[in-house]
Amino acid sequence: MSSKIISEIRRDYIVNQLKEGKRTDGRGLKDVREIKYEINLIETADGSAKVSYGDTTVIAGIKIMPGTPFADKPESGVLTTGAELIPLAHSSFESGPPGEDAIELARVVDRGIRESGMIDVDKLCITPGQEVWMCYVDIYVTDYDGNLFDACNLAAVLAIRNAVIPGKRYDKGDDVPLPVTCTPVSVTFAKIGNDLIVDPNFDEENIASARLTVTTDDNGNFRAMQKGGQGSISLDELSACLDMSVETGVEIRKIIE
Amino acid sequence: MSKEMVLVDDKGKRIDGRTSEESREIKIEAGVLKNADGSAYVEIGKNKVLAAVYGPRECHPRHLQNPTKAIVQCKYNMQAYSVDDRKRPGTDRRSIEISKIVSEALENVVLTGLYPRASIDVYIEILQANAGTRCAGLTAASVALADAGIPMKDIVASMAAGKADGHVLLDLNKEEDNFGEADVPMAIVPSTGEIVLLQMDGNMTREEFDRAIELGVGGCKKIYELQKDALKRRYSAEEAEEEDDSDEQ
Repeated sequence: MSSKIISEIRRDYIVNQLKEGKRTDGRGLKDVREIKYEINLIETADGSAKVSYGDTTVIAGIKIMPGTPFADKPESGVLTTGAELIPLAHSSFESGPPGEDAIELARVVDRGIRESGMIDVDKLCITPGQEVWMCYVDIYVTDYDGNLFDACNLAAVLAIRNAVIPGKRYDKGDDVPLPVTCTPVSVTFAKIGNDLIVDPNFDEENIASARLTVTTDDNGNFRAMQKGGQGSISLDELSACLDMSVETGVEIRKIIE
Repeated sequence: MSKEMVLVDDKGKRIDGRTSEESREIKIEAGVLKNADGSAYVEIGKNKVLAAVYGPRECHPRHLQNPTKAIVQCKYNMQAYSVDDRKRPGTDRRSIEISKIVSEALENVVLTGLYPRASIDVYIEILQANAGTRCAGLTAASVALADAGIPMKDIVASMAAGKADGHVLLDLNKEEDNFGEADVPMAIVPSTGEIVLLQMDGNMTREEFDRAIELGVGGCKKIYELQKDALKRRYSAEEAEEEDDSDEQ
């Protein structure tokens, strides 16, 4: 996220705390904030979830409707993911079409879901070559305190896991649960100085030199990654992140099972 | 749904069991977001609405600045999954119109003269829609403004009345709105009774319209009590927290 200003004194405080292995909100370097979630709170959506990581809150909603498949995949359903950084969530967000931050966010979440094969798109065919189910995942940030990647990923995943294909509404058979194969979980790291921290909050994110998001599946295999920021990550640091992403992924899965 | 659908039965009961003078269930909560200067969450029946206020702050775009007073800029937005058929994200003509009339209604009560050149930004997000979202949004926005500590002469309360199956009804639900004969959203300044928002579409006689206004104003007054109650709960909760803190020290 660009052009957000953190005061020099705040920056020094965060950096000094990190030198002692502490974070300003009392967490350890590897700790994720408290995760809270609520499922199917939106009745007009075919699946929905609200997720909070500390003071970051996002809502994801799924809409499923019949549509035309892509020519190269005539028997596969279509997944579309969008994220909106609405001005209600933070004073730095502006209304208008999605900017680069929102697009990157949506694409990283999309990649985790798509590449893990979470939604079994081959089961979403209605008439081959003619009609398939289109899944729209729309994510809205309502309160922003850092680490949108993980909050949005988890909200999308929970909404998808609880989504129903509205067969009856479109006269295309019964209402059936959206076919889901696994639960991709993303874990985001920020690098401040030489420290790697998990689940950065707003201040940490804005003084970090680099950011890394790693999405794993239930087997601990890697399904998507995205490095952000101008700073660099060494191979040793990368290795540490990969290990931590698997460990943290297991913990987060326990919370949502 | 067939055209012969019965919206009001011969006993005067509506499809959700209400009488003509009854509103849907209302829930109002103030101070629900951390970042916003003020915020509110409102449920009216199946409508779920979030409102946030930022400001007074620098006015963007600059050419909208008024050297004598602040402007109230409201943005009403329906989320993609808030309606039956997915709504494409982004502004459309409907949301621009609603944003304009809601801004104007709020500008009436906000003491804008205190903040020359500034902008008070109000964001209304419709999470789930079921007829009457502009009224629910305006109701939420007023509470959010009060929660943000913006000086106002009063809070605005809003509710719609309408007509279905020949009956004048308070607070139309989606079926009544879609298959009924008229819709009259309105908002008032409760302490004076002045109308600050009024729209109407459909077909009504003078008698029916008068009745709709009577019902709507009654609904707005009920909303007003619940708005005040939500704000009192918000600040009594804050006081209780402060007392807890001082106990610990």
